[in-house]
Parts: sequence; C-alpha cells; structure tokens
Amino acid sequence: MSGILVVQEAGRNRISFEALAAGRVLADLTGLPLETAAVGDPNSNVFVETSGPPPAAAYAVQHPLLESYTSDGYVLAFEQLIRKLEPSYIVFPHTYQSRDYVPRLATRFGQVLIGDITGIEPGPTFVRQLFQGKMNGSYRHQGDGPCFLSIQAGAFRADAPQPGTFTIQPFEPEIPASAIRTKPGAPFRGSAQTVDLGSAQLIVSVGRGIKDADNLPMVQNLATALGAELAASRPICDNGWLPMERQVGSSGQTVAPRLYLAIGISGAIQHLVGMKSSQCIVAINKDPDAPIFEVADYGIVGDLFEVVPALTEAVKAAKQ
Amino acid sequence: MKIIVAIKQVPERDAQVRVDAAAKWIEASDLQYALNESDAYALEEALQLKEKHGGEVIVVTAGPERVGQTIREALAKGADRGIHIDCDDLESRDALGVARLLAAAVKPENADLLLTGLQSEDLGQGQTGVILAELLGLPHASLILHVEKTDSGLTVKRELEEGWFQTIELPTPAVLTIQSGGNKLRYATLMGIKRAKTKEVRRATAAELAVDAAPVVLLERVSLPQKQKSTQILPGTPKEAAAALVEKLKFEVRVL
Repeated sequence: MSGILVVQEAGRNRISFEALAAGRVLADLTGLPLETAAVGDPNSNVFVETSGPPPAAAYAVQHPLLESYTSDGYVLAFEQLIRKLEPSYIVFPHTYQSRDYVPRLATRFGQVLIGDITGIEPGPTFVRQLFQGKMNGSYRHQGDGPCFLSIQAGAFRADAPQPGTFTIQPFEPEIPASAIRTKPGAPFRGSAQTVDLGSAQLIVSVGRGIKDADNLPMVQNLATALGAELAASRPICDNGWLPMERQVGSSGQTVAPRLYLAIGISGAIQHLVGMKSSQCIVAINKDPDAPIFEVADYGIVGDLFEVVPALTEAVKAAKQ
Repeated sequence: MKIIVAIKQVPERDAQVRVDAAAKWIEASDLQYALNESDAYALEEALQLKEKHGGEVIVVTAGPERVGQTIREALAKGADRGIHIDCDDLESRDALGVARLLAAAVKPENADLLLTGLQSEDLGQGQTGVILAELLGLPHASLILHVEKTDSGLTVKRELEEGWFQTIELPTPAVLTIQSGGNKLRYATLMGIKRAKTKEVRRATAAELAVDAAPVVLLERVSLPQKQKSTQILPGTPKEAAAALVEKLKFEVRVL
C-alpha cells in the first residue's frame, strides 16, 4: 500500500482537476504520494494540460478495446493497474461514467465506493449528501483494502490548468475481446435543441411543488411578466409537463443567468449543479429546510400558489 | 421473460427528516414511507416488458416489517410475487452488504433480467444494481431509459450527461439500473389491490441467506449541512414578500 491514485477522465478535464485537488487534500492529511492515471493517449489533454504541482507518477492506460467506454473493459484495466500500484486510496471524478463502473471495480476488491463526496476531514472521514441534500453523512473506511472515492463536481477547487512537464508511463492492461460483453453505440443528442437556456438572462424555473400540469400557466405568467425563459427540474420533464429541452441540471442544461428564480424546487444536487453559478438565485418554497435555500441569495418561505400570483402582479406594477 | 425488480422503501419525499439523538441516523418514529421513485420506473419497465413478451415479474426488497407494504403495492400494480428479506439492521450494512443479501435471495431464481432504480432517495449511493451485476457475474448497463428485447438479448437507451444519449446492446441475463422518466407510471387498480392480497411473498432472513454483515464502509455521523450562502429570507404575507422581492430585483439585482 503506497499512495493515492487519482483516475482522471479524458474530455472531462475540469472535474478531473477537481479530483486531483481532492487527492492533494488527502495527500496532505496522510503524507502519501499522489499518482494519476487516465485511459487514453499520453498526449491526451488531461495530461498535457494539467493542474497544480506534478504528480509522483502518471500512467496512460492504453488498449484498443478501451477506445469506446465499456464497464467490462474499464473494470479489467483498472483492476490490473490497482493490483500493480497497490494504492491506499483511489479517487475518481463522480461522473456518469465512473458511477457506471467504479462500484463494480470496488466489489472486485471486496470494497465499497464512497461516492459523490463533498468534503474530506481529518481521520480521514468523507462527507457525502443524504436525503437529496437535506443531510450530510460522514463516512469512514475500515480494514486493509484500498479505499475507493468519487468527488462531486464543484466540491473541490481545482488549480489553474498549466502545461504538464512530467513523464507519463504507458500502462497496457490485458483485455481479451471476449471479456467485453456490452456493445456501446455512438452518443447522440436527444431532441433538436430549440431552446437555448444557456444564453437566457432571466430564468423562471419550476419544480415538483407545482403539483399538476394545470398549474403551469401561473408560472408561465410570471415568466412572461419578467421577460424570462421558463425552465424546470427533472420531475416536471419526466412527467411530460414541459419538454426535456427545458430541463436544468446534470442531465439537462447548465445555466448561469443573471436571475434564476426557483419555484417549488427542493434543490437536489442533480439540479443544483445545473444552476448554482447563476448570479442571483431566488427560491420560493414551503419547506424552510429545502436545500435550495443553501444556495439562494433571496428566499420566500411560503405557499407558491399564493406567492407566485402576488409576485406576478408586483412585477407587472413595477414595469408600468 | 423472468424479470426481477429490486425495490426500496424510503422516507416520503416531503418528509421532515431530523437527525436522531445519537447523530447516527434520522429520527425514524412517525416517518411516512413510499416506494423509491426510480424503482417505480424500474417496476414499470418490467411490467411493460412482461405485457409485450410474457413471463413473470418478481419484486425483491430488504428491510423490516414495514417494507411489506411496499411489496404489496408493487404486487397491486401487477408484479406476480415478492421476496422480502427480513432485516432490521439495513442502515448498518454498506452497499456491498445489502447487494450481497439481494444477490443471495435472487440467485436461485435464474432470471433473464434484473432491474433496479438508478439510486435511492435516502442514501443516494446509486450502486446496488451495479454491485449486484458483479456479484452475479452478469453484464450491466446503468441510467437506462428504454429497454427493447432482441433475438440475441437487449438493446437499451442509456442517458449520458447534458442531453446526450447512447444505445447499448447486451446479452441476457443482464442487470439494468433504470433512470426516471422513461415511461409513464401506472396506478394500482382496485382489482389489482384485491389480487395482491393472494399473491405469494416469500420471506427470507439474512441468517438464512448466510451473508456476512461486516461492513467496510461505516456511516459514522449524520448532520445538517452548512449553508454555502447566507440567504436573505423575505418575510411577511405573500403580498409583502412579493413586494420586497420586486424591490430587490429592481434596485440590487437590477433586472427589472
């Protein structure tokens, strides 16, 4: 057992650098050296453009069968790299890709991924969210095996990218073609994007609190009065009440408008990652403990069916 | 097609959860529980596949006596039978420990397909299905919105980030974790509720399943999160609060 291995994801540089930053926090706490690895070419930009001081070692994991992502291929490749390096901690960015294969990889070592962590405290203990962000849980790893961690986007501050000047060693795992059981197709876009929420200056966004599709015109009226685009959290689009292209969050669009007005949205992390960079966030919610109030600049705790019509009238009056 | 759906009972979404006295878990008394949302979509996908191709849908869950209610609800929606793994110490088991219980209970069934929701609304680890696949030696795909049976196995639609998707082909038996929103959820009919009462629910205990409970990951403490920003709460009646907000939007945020 020797060090901290940060597994970066080529093409996902920002969150990969945040994982590196988390790895450094852990290195400071434990005194262990930091190593990095990523699937792909040593010239991959996740190595060429790196972040912070150089790692003790860097590995480019290469195999023709890793060119398209499959969980079977990635599990086999990283199982072999981990057996070779014997790290004490393995840190991943928490992405759709890592959550697809890392639980499986950890199981192969009799371990459990502590996933989507937002903090590392002395011990070390690892903090992650519970109950859709309403609570935090502090987790500890026990036993001798390697500890698997994944880092929530935005939870650790990445150093500024700079040219990497360290040696990158190739690592070539053995992967028999028969070990890959799934056949992935090329990524494609869902529907034609006709709504570009990314460039909207003002967004009124609606969530589960609206209760029924019949109540949407009330929110649309407010959006119209403000001159804002209408957006929604996932459940509204899941129900087919608004088209998917109006969804804000990890599976929808990422926005950073001057004003983001969240109505009846509790603020699960999947939604927050899509809007927390907004310049001003206003939340209207009946639950004073809703996680949306953790990121809001202004809040109104109350019944949205009373507050929204009152706000629409007040906006109209102010604009006259 | 024999399909197993692993489901979880979780505190209701609107439940006011409070940290318990020992700060180890939440105050469990007078909590209302419901079927985890993405598990409801997994069940829906299973029921639709059965309607198209025939076969059997079996739901499995682990937990105390109260989770029996969630099994009955799934049976009322159309599942054929249930497996209830009786255990009162679910919170002290890690994701691997729970998946081992489920794997031991479903292995003898030799199902063609195992479905679970993408993640639970309480712990939100999103790992059970993927670990289950590894324990059973089966291929898996996660974040699935649509499942189609083919001659050689399955074609599934997987959600990627930021509005992208991907199609994956995989052989059966396989494990899929289901994302919410792929189907419209059904309600139980009166007839369904009546029928559910006579459907078989097999009980098994952790001891019978011979599963080692020693966790490698421990939840040591539960706490309330600290605010990232200091939110200015605008008080008063709806009308007063709305007027105060318009003032802020006009003079401080300057968007009016």
